[in-house]
Order: sequence, then C-alpha cells, then structure tokens
Amino acid sequence: MILIEDLWYTYPGGSEPALKGINLNIREGEFLAIVGENGAGKTTLAKHLVGLLKPQRGKVLVYGLDASKCKVSQLARLVGFVFQNPDHQLFSETVIEEISFAPKNLGVESRVEEVLRRLGLEAYRKRSPLTLSSGERRRVALASILSYNPRVLILDEPTVGQDAAQKEELASIMEELVNEGRTVVVITHDLEFVAEYVPRVVVLSRGRVVADGDPEQVLMNGSLLKSAGLLPPSLARLSLLLAERRFLEEPRLYRDLCRLAKEIARRLKLEPT
Amino acid sequence: MSLLRGFSYVKGSSFLHKLDPRSKLLLSSSIALSSILLRGLLYPSILLLALSLSLLAASGCLRRWAPTLKGLIPLALLILLVNWWFVGWAYAISMVILLLTLVCSLSIFFLTTSPDELSLALVKMKLPYELSLELSMAIRFIPTLAREAQLIVDAQRARGLDLESGFIKRLKNLIPILVPLVVNTVRRSYRVAEAMESRGFGATKKRTWLFDLRFTVKDYLTSVSSLLLLAFSALFALTA
Repeated sequence: MILIEDLWYTYPGGSEPALKGINLNIREGEFLAIVGENGAGKTTLAKHLVGLLKPQRGKVLVYGLDASKCKVSQLARLVGFVFQNPDHQLFSETVIEEISFAPKNLGVESRVEEVLRRLGLEAYRKRSPLTLSSGERRRVALASILSYNPRVLILDEPTVGQDAAQKEELASIMEELVNEGRTVVVITHDLEFVAEYVPRVVVLSRGRVVADGDPEQVLMNGSLLKSAGLLPPSLARLSLLLAERRFLEEPRLYRDLCRLAKEIARRLKLEPT
Repeated sequence: MSLLRGFSYVKGSSFLHKLDPRSKLLLSSSIALSSILLRGLLYPSILLLALSLSLLAASGCLRRWAPTLKGLIPLALLILLVNWWFVGWAYAISMVILLLTLVCSLSIFFLTTSPDELSLALVKMKLPYELSLELSMAIRFIPTLAREAQLIVDAQRARGLDLESGFIKRLKNLIPILVPLVVNTVRRSYRVAEAMESRGFGATKKRTWLFDLRFTVKDYLTSVSSLLLLAFSALFALTA
C-alpha cells in the first residue's frame, strides 16, 4: 500500500520542478508500469518511495509510514529498488556475497539459495560479479534485492539492453512475483513490454500524471501518448491500421500477436489448415 | 562536491573570460604568490583579498563561488583556532585570509577558462600535447564522476548501506561505494580511449588547431599589472 498525495519536488539548482503535484495510489499485489519520456520524472518519483528523495510538498505514505520521516534503510525493508545500471552497485568478490549484502545490512532473513535458483545463477555463486556478462550482471543486481524479500519491488528501466529472450524471462519472473502477492512497479519507456505484460500503466509527462489505467485504453490513445513524448506500441498501431482498413470492427489493443491473428482469421473466416 | 563547483568552468563574456588563458594564468599565480609573500601582514592581505574578490565579481562568478566559500568554513575555522591559540589573533585572521585568497585566485582562473582553452594554453607553453589533454580530460570528467558517485550512493543506500553512523564503520562502508566507482572509471577510460582512437587520435605527429590564442593589448596590460603586483608584494614583504 503506497499512497502519494500532491507530491512536488525540485532538484537543487533546478529551474523547473521535476514533480508537479503527483497523486498516485498503488495497491498491494499490483503490477504497474510508470512510463514517460526521458526527464518526465519517473525515477525522481520512484526515489521518493524508498526515501532517497524527500517530498518538498505533499505526502508519501508507504504501508502507513510517512516517507519524509523515515530513514532509507527503514523504507528499503519494505520497498526494494533495482537500479537501472547494475554496475552502479556490484562490488563484492563473489555473487553470493553480493546477494547477501542487503539482507545482512537490513538484518532480515536472507533467501540467497532460493533467489539463485529462481534467477538461474546457481553456477555463478563463487564467480566475481564484475566478470559476468551484462545480462548476468543485471540478474545479480535483481537477485541482490530479491534476496531480502521486500513486499514492493521497483525496477528502473529493466528492459534496456536486454534481448527478446531476456525480456520474456524478466516478464515471467515479474509475473511470478506478482502471483506470490508482491507489488511490482516497473519504470520504463518500453511500451512494447508494457503492452504485452503489464495490467496497469501510469503515464508521466513533465512531472505530472497525465494518464492512469488499463493499457487497453491508455496505449490506444495516440494523441495522449504523443503529447507525453511517447509512441503507441506496434501492437496498438497495427490494430489501428487494420481497423482503418476495415479488417477489424474496432481498434483495440491485442496483448499479443497470437490473439490479433486469431481475430483477423475469425473476421476473414479462415479455417486452420 | 559543492566545493568543486567553484573550480569548474562557467560560460561567460566578461573581461576575464576574454583574456588569453596565459595572461590569466599569470594573473592568478601572481595573486597566489603575492598572498603567500604577504602572509602575516594583515592590511595588505585584506587589500589583496578584496582585489581578487572584486575580480571574481567582475567576471560574474561570485554567486557560483559562494558554495565553495561555504564548504571552506570548517577548514577556515580550524586554521583560525589553531593559529589564534599558538600565535595570536592578527596572525590567525591573516592565515584565514591567505586561504581565501589562494582559493579565490584559483577560482579566477578555473571559473573563467574552458578546459579547451586550458589545454591549448598548456600546449602553447610547450607542454606535451598528451599531457595537457590528460589534464583537461581529468577536469572534464569531474562532474561525470560526481554524478556517478551519487547514483552509486543511492543504489547502496537502497540496499541498506548505512552512511550515517560512526567514523570507523563509515570508512568500512566506503568500500561498496569506491569499488563500483573505480571499476566504472577504468571501464570508461577504455571506452574513451577506443572512441578517440577510432576518430584518429595520434594519427599524425603535427597537430593543427581550430582556435588559436593571441595576445592582445588587454593581455599585455594584465600581464604587466600582474608582474607589478608581484613585485610590489615582494618589496613590501622584504621591507616590512
């Protein structure tokens, strides 16, 4: 349960506020994406949820705790933050030590073995994280947060530099976490990823929430996305084009190509051969 | 980090910005040397500090310098107290003035000289090009490093790293900050080297320059006054 009320924040030396009156309610067990162009305020907003930034105006409540009065370590127990670049946090001699770092600091139960298994890192336990490939480093960074089992997980741009297979794997890990009852927040500008996997999307533009809801509505709204500096995902654009040429009755977001193909086949009364 | 802001270049079009970096370097070092010569002499030191502060003000950089001044307060207080205790108040105050004048003279140069101008000036003063490039690149990467350090601190605090309690513990807790910082810096230096080589760095022995430095009347005037200032200070220090 995270509640954000009229949150304002200006960086020291900044001419314009990075956040201008954000209102957002994240419920337990939700899977949501915060999207927006670079500089829209996504990361600034997320940093408030772990107390790395303190609200200048407004309120941030994390499970009833007032974030402006809590230490980062106190909030981190509840909210795990996986940063964009794993190289900004990996420092240990072995993967095991890296993954045990946070639970040790926070004084909570460590679930290293379970996390190693889940992320397919068992073979690397004695390796130096710095010698791993970039995809593996990313998984170690994720593992180093999952290992202390936070109730909320924030991932900052997890899909950058990942190939299709890695993205799919990442999505299945996230879905698993959500199914276990954890809250997952993804910060991204990868709308293809959002269209395919995420059930709730919040659009930020120049420090404001300009849309919040079901991707099937938000991601089909081309003019809204354009004004936020985003482009509708290709699944949405394809469906719009097909509807325009009357291959579909109405444009809607098909979450994957398979469903779209079935719908077209149905319309064209094609039989599988 | 705010301390460093007082030494990184700010764009401008003031008299100081337009000076040849070589005459500016002479001006800065004359002020610095004079302040050392005049140390312990209260009134001349105050005069010199006033001169360098007004030069800074004329370049429009005084506001930018303020955080540096604030960052210096602990050191200034320490110098003040120690010297007051062992020598006397007049000497203590003049030592603080010496500190401020030295920092101020450095700022006069670095706030108004772009890294490109600096490296060009060094080459014109017969320093090997590689060396001057290294220096200007080091300066160029200070803000990058500062930003990166902040990201790392945030990432580790989110993993429960405590950076607030006791001195020894804090030193130990620097490891998770320093390791990624050093690793990233080394990695980046390889990347920069590759990028430079792919753009033909070091391909020819003889370099040409896009901009050239030229001494103008202003520069001669500045250089002569700087030397005069230094001479006066030396004379004053000897006779006093």
